[in-house]
Amino acid sequence: MARYVSYRDFDWLLLVFVLIICALGVMEIHSATMHTKFAGAHVKQIYWVLAGVGAMFLVSLVNYQVLLDQIHWFYIAAVASLMAVLVFGQKYLGAKRWIKMPGGNHFQPSEWVKLILILAIAKYFADMRERELSWADFMKAGAIVGIPMLMVLKQPDLGTALTYLPIAAMGVFLGGLQWRQGLAVALLATIGVGAVFFIPKVHVLKSYQKQRLTSFVDPELDPQGSGYQVEQSKIAVGSGGLWGGKGSQTHGAFLPVPQTDFIFAAFSEEHGFVGALGVLLLYFIVLMRLTQNAQTAPDRAGTFVVMGVVAVLSFHILVNVGMVVGFMPVTGIPLPLMSYGGSSVLFMFLALGMVMNVRMRRFVN
Amino acid sequence: MFGRDEKVSEFRLTAAQYFILAIFLVLAYGLWKLQVMESGYYASAAEKNRIRNVPVLAPRGKILDREGRTIVDNYPSFSALLLRDSSRDLIGDADLIAQGLHLDPNEVRARIRHFASMPQYQPIFLKEDITPDELQFIEAHRNELPELDTIMAHRRLYPRNGFMAHLIGYVGEVSEDMLNQPQFELYNSGDVVGISGVERQYNTLLMGQNGSRQALVDSHGREVGRLGETEAVPGKQLRLTVDIDLQIAAEEALAGKNGAIVAMDPRTGEILAMVSGPSFDPNDFAVHVSRDQWNKLVTDPDKPLLNKAIQAQLAPGSTFKIIMSVAGWQENIAQTLHVNCTGGAEFYGRRFGCWVKGGHGEVTLEKAIYQSCDVFFYTLAEKLGIDRIAKYATDLGLGQKTGIDLPNEVSGVMPSEEWKIKNFKQKWFAGETISVGIGQGAVAITPVQLLRAISAISMGGRMVVPHVINPTDMPPGYVEAQHVTDVRNVPIDPNGWNFITDAMSRVLLPEGTAPSAHIPGIDIAGKTGSAQIVSLATRARFKNSDDLAQNGWFVGFTPRRNPDIVVCVLFQGGEHGRLAARLATQVIKAYVDKQHRTPQKMVEKPKTDGTVDIGGLWTEPDSDGHKETLQGGRFVLALPKKSLAVAIAAPGMHQ
Repeated sequence: MARYVSYRDFDWLLLVFVLIICALGVMEIHSATMHTKFAGAHVKQIYWVLAGVGAMFLVSLVNYQVLLDQIHWFYIAAVASLMAVLVFGQKYLGAKRWIKMPGGNHFQPSEWVKLILILAIAKYFADMRERELSWADFMKAGAIVGIPMLMVLKQPDLGTALTYLPIAAMGVFLGGLQWRQGLAVALLATIGVGAVFFIPKVHVLKSYQKQRLTSFVDPELDPQGSGYQVEQSKIAVGSGGLWGGKGSQTHGAFLPVPQTDFIFAAFSEEHGFVGALGVLLLYFIVLMRLTQNAQTAPDRAGTFVVMGVVAVLSFHILVNVGMVVGFMPVTGIPLPLMSYGGSSVLFMFLALGMVMNVRMRRFVN
Repeated sequence: MFGRDEKVSEFRLTAAQYFILAIFLVLAYGLWKLQVMESGYYASAAEKNRIRNVPVLAPRGKILDREGRTIVDNYPSFSALLLRDSSRDLIGDADLIAQGLHLDPNEVRARIRHFASMPQYQPIFLKEDITPDELQFIEAHRNELPELDTIMAHRRLYPRNGFMAHLIGYVGEVSEDMLNQPQFELYNSGDVVGISGVERQYNTLLMGQNGSRQALVDSHGREVGRLGETEAVPGKQLRLTVDIDLQIAAEEALAGKNGAIVAMDPRTGEILAMVSGPSFDPNDFAVHVSRDQWNKLVTDPDKPLLNKAIQAQLAPGSTFKIIMSVAGWQENIAQTLHVNCTGGAEFYGRRFGCWVKGGHGEVTLEKAIYQSCDVFFYTLAEKLGIDRIAKYATDLGLGQKTGIDLPNEVSGVMPSEEWKIKNFKQKWFAGETISVGIGQGAVAITPVQLLRAISAISMGGRMVVPHVINPTDMPPGYVEAQHVTDVRNVPIDPNGWNFITDAMSRVLLPEGTAPSAHIPGIDIAGKTGSAQIVSLATRARFKNSDDLAQNGWFVGFTPRRNPDIVVCVLFQGGEHGRLAARLATQVIKAYVDKQHRTPQKMVEKPKTDGTVDIGGLWTEPDSDGHKETLQGGRFVLALPKKSLAVAIAAPGMHQ
């Protein structure tokens, strides 16, 4: 029979690794912003991390199964908040992504929508009985993620919209994707990407998004624009060498936004291959530990929740670090736990809270 | 009951783990590739690949005189920079640097520490406008002190000793205040713009447009290549109407005195010379003016920064009697007015004295002008009344800006009944009119206003706008200077201005007020003035202190008919107008001498014996004085022994 939920079952080891990554992030934010107008950002980041840890403990207390039972309401709220952004949002640098809250804070709903989507997908696949996915299930799962994704694309925020994809992908894969379905999706995706790039009349992407992507293919075309950013990032990483250097790319302001999207480049420049590989190892440990928690989850839903978090985190790391080393285009996706920014930090800790929530109830059934 | 206990496929979870591992291996490979395999390439790329926008400064346009002689030029000036993105121990090198650049080592260290929190690519400007030996020091220590560098800029070279400083003005970095004004809104902080004088008025022409160069600089800030360049557009040359020779004469006349001298061509309004004294040296501002120096200039009671020609507002004294004469003549009062001057007269129950204690006796308009009889003009003022005086004075431009193309001209005051009610909420007292009659009381005008009024009278009422540039020199579409060719006609009876100017020509004769200023052979018509700053009674209380001495005025022109130069002199503390008159005639003499000299250039070079043959034709009355006959003759004239010097450029210019 049920026993009481206890913090003894909390994943303290996971938290230790997560906090080590956060600490490295704070150090690097301090180093990168020291001589800029953002000086002191690392202190704010510490506050965000502390707030995140607090939020994590709170979220772990509410039974995730209760949350899952109410998920349709959360989903409706999520879509409504994205609608609110499109209607009342603050325009900043050509995109509507924020709602101004009383008290002067800015709220970016597309971050917490990610969390809702993880739960919604978990709920959807947990309730499925078949071992193999039908086309109808496939389409429904696609719609759950597709609707908010299109709304975020409309803001426009391609980077965040893309982070919703792995949630669906992970759900579909674990839910019993058939190899024929996988093949069909891969084929469709190839045709879609080809259409966006090579048919001039298709205006799915904004011109700056297209430019970012083309300059990724050939950085020399646009040495001062986003190609310049990729080039500077590669120079920063490369000049770090094996053991790291003095960081003239970061401190000479040649590296763009070294405290947010390019923090891994700044870190790699100052700490070299050894340091950068160490950080990757930490992330890998965290991800493996998360998957382990997914395996020991009390039910299907729990596994899907944890694996949703794994999918989002892996995708962020792939896109961000891939961008920093020049494998991926510039999409404006931060590196979770390290990049400066409240929304990103809070999201990660809320997601970890969900994981803890699942783990603490592994013996409850 | 427990339908959910069907676990997620273990195989698929493991597959996900391997997928993640694959991602990490790819990323690790990316890092390996950049940081280990190609690290040498990227390390050198980091050293080299910095793109920096280096402004290419446009030199300001030269300022020339009417004959194209240089008044203001530029010179290349070097500044010493301390680069902070090198790995040198700056504090440790501070002593050597300070020694070489003649700076205080403690101050150098303090500035390095002060800049410690600034971005490293920002250099410190250690010293501006360094001397050749300091430049030599930097060049010689390139290896020992690689953090020292120089940057070249064009700086303004102004004439020496404050020559023409008020008219030219000076340049400086645009201030925050100025950036908020609409005419400066397109400038950036750090831009060097005109702060006063012509430099400010015609800044847009003189300034040119800075270019920029996208330079590739290495980590020490040294250029290693270029991406592109937009060339700087140099500022335009500006030709003034001023004649350096005349300006020199005016500067010499006013040397060591307080006041102003302005000379103008009454036919066009072209300013030929303009001096304000005491002056300041704008070269002191071209680099960096020290606080002490600036405070001294600002607090000096003689106001060296003020261009008194257009900014001093003072009582015109007796020079105002010419305006009174015109008003009286136009109203048909002055030509028939006879006054017996007994050294003073009583008006509205108060006694007003004449400057000649014994009195002038029988006085008519002519004598009243050349002897400057106060009682005559008291009487005329009483008969005219303040509003009629104000009308004519205002028509002649007194109490208003002349529209001269120089910044910060002031308007002065021409009082009237309406003016007094508006400004003091008080009724005009008839007694005040009497003082106004001799240019005292509330009348306050600028030298350039008086110059313009007298110029208009000398030209039969044709009133020009004084100006320092020729609008036809301006680029097409430049409308700011177009108004200076406007001409207004003030109706004056021709008999009236002929009579008044004839009377003015006797001022410098033995019977006039300034016989000592007379120059044989030059027909000058003018009027002296001595204006009280405070009442004579107040001055006596301060034991006739020099600080309260009267201001001397003189305004005159030559020749008497169809004049081609009019000069106004304000000699502050000059006590009497005749002293001012002497200063004016110095300028007029320089002008006339130059006129005589210039045509000579066209004839054959004079013979070595110092004489020249000339032929002449003239008419002479017959012995009975009725019929004029044409005469002819041939003369041998001795040339002046000393050839008169002609300036090649303003003092201090190297051309």
